[in-house]
Amino acid sequence: MEKLSIKDKKLEAINLNVYYGEKKVLKDVNIAIKANTVTAFIGPSGCGKSTFLRTFNRMNDYVEGFRKEGDIIIDGKDIYQKMVRVEDLRKKVGMVFQKPNPFPKSIFENVAYGLKIQGINNKQLIEDTVEKSLKQSALWEEVKDDLKKSALSLSGGQQQRLCIARALALEPSILLMDEPASALDPISTSKIEDLIWELKEKYTIVIVTHNMQQAGRISDNTAFFYMGDLVEYDETKKIFTNPEKERTQNYITGRFG
Amino acid sequence: MINSEKNRLKDKAFQYFGLGCTILGLLVLAVFLGDIIMKGIGRIDWDFLTSFPSMRAKKAGILSAWVGTLWMLGLTAFISIPIGIGAGIYFEEYAKKSRLANLLEINLANLAGVPSIIYGLLGLEIFVRSMGMGTSLLAGACTLALLILPIIIVSTREALRAVPNSIRQASYGMGANTWQTIWHQVLPASMGGILTGIILSLSRAIGETAPLIVTGALAYVAFVPSGPMDQYTVMPMQIFNWISRPQQDFQVNAAAGIIILLCITFLLNGIAVFLRNRWQKKVKW
Ligand SMILES: Nc1ncnc2c1ncn2[C@@H]1O[C@H](COP(=O)(O)OP(=O)(O)OP(=O)(O)O)[C@@H](O)[C@H]1O
Ligand SMILES: [Mg+2]
Repeated sequence: MEKLSIKDKKLEAINLNVYYGEKKVLKDVNIAIKANTVTAFIGPSGCGKSTFLRTFNRMNDYVEGFRKEGDIIIDGKDIYQKMVRVEDLRKKVGMVFQKPNPFPKSIFENVAYGLKIQGINNKQLIEDTVEKSLKQSALWEEVKDDLKKSALSLSGGQQQRLCIARALALEPSILLMDEPASALDPISTSKIEDLIWELKEKYTIVIVTHNMQQAGRISDNTAFFYMGDLVEYDETKKIFTNPEKERTQNYITGRFG
Repeated sequence: MINSEKNRLKDKAFQYFGLGCTILGLLVLAVFLGDIIMKGIGRIDWDFLTSFPSMRAKKAGILSAWVGTLWMLGLTAFISIPIGIGAGIYFEEYAKKSRLANLLEINLANLAGVPSIIYGLLGLEIFVRSMGMGTSLLAGACTLALLILPIIIVSTREALRAVPNSIRQASYGMGANTWQTIWHQVLPASMGGILTGIILSLSRAIGETAPLIVTGALAYVAFVPSGPMDQYTVMPMQIFNWISRPQQDFQVNAAAGIIILLCITFLLNGIAVFLRNRWQKKVKW
């Protein structure tokens, strides 16, 4: 894998250890992610993918007993420094959660929420942003006539695309997606995969997935985790055809769970 | 075989026993209500609602009492709602794990069980005397607010706790701070539960007599209070006053007063049920 110059590094983890109480869930992880790429995190359940993902927007801060050593650098800045405002960080680093979690409000309000909390009142701007975001997440055609409808009345797949639209409305430069398609049917899944391809032009995307084909289809690079270790990180092509480590090979071919 | 037969019998027996208890309870209530209504309903008319109390039972009315009760209700709500919701939010959303919060929480549960006369004595000492409010509506309202605060706080906390964490996470994930998350997401989603708790506690407050006797509610008031610093009476006081007189006609007045007080209570409870159902339909996880 090519060596990244400092300028190219969008996200970086340096000697990262993460603990929940006594338990160490990430062990000395080092990774550098290039701007405008899609990176897939794969690995068996409980190996720390979600935990790692959440360190990039500091959502772990709310977990009791969370503690980390090492640094997370985004755009050249250590995001765990005292002066960093997490609110600003999270506007830049959007997140889509594993389970769709729309607000119990209208579709429109869901997407407009990010702007609203920033104090933006310009109605035209808000309406335009809502429309644009819903189009980007391929939901617009299905909901455009009924933006006042409760988001909870949408199907699971629609809800997840709404959550993506909601994150896009903030125009983040990084998008973290934790198994965004795990609860979706194949059609919604392929819509989201197409979407990720398109978003790559503007965003840097990190996606956790249990679906090997999906990782193969949509990602440029793949990181394989096993019990808190980053076992292998390389171009997706290489990982899926000719991995260095036997463990990676076994996981990808489904020889251990 | 025989065993399961026996169990079925037991099951049936208990079912009928439970049914019997329910019917008995309802029956007692029905008899009581029927008695009161028969006695008092004929007495309720426009004059009864718009007249001041009088030495002559037939001319006496309940105006000063129900206006006093509405004043008391409004003032108590005005004082207890912001404090109760605020404290509930603080405990549930901010101070979740602090030792102080735990300590306060245990005491809160105990406070809810303190007899209301004790609150009356506290109110007398603090509001009537130390703070110099005198025997005013305000002093009574502060005392009642104190009395129902623990209930409001506890029910607010329960309503907040029912909001799934994924909603908070989503809000934080979009760059909201704690206050924005509470204000825009958590509170609206839990409003049904919070309002229910408030209304139920208020409907308890309007039935309270003991703390108001202690803090100086009057038994005979021939004027309508015009501000929070005025003296007053409330419905339970007026009813008690009438009931304790020997003349039959005053007993009728008391029954009529009870009907009106019950109507207000049922109305409040009805609103609470309505709000709960409405919000439950709207917010489903
Ligand atoms: N809030 C928490 N408190 C304590 N331990 C946790 C917490 N969340 C996760 N863990 C532990 O940390 C480890 C990593 O969890 P994580 O959720 O990051 O795994 P994952 O790779 O995302 O798994 P999955 O594929 O099932 O989503 C697991 O062993 C888990 O039990
Ligand atoms: Mg996970």
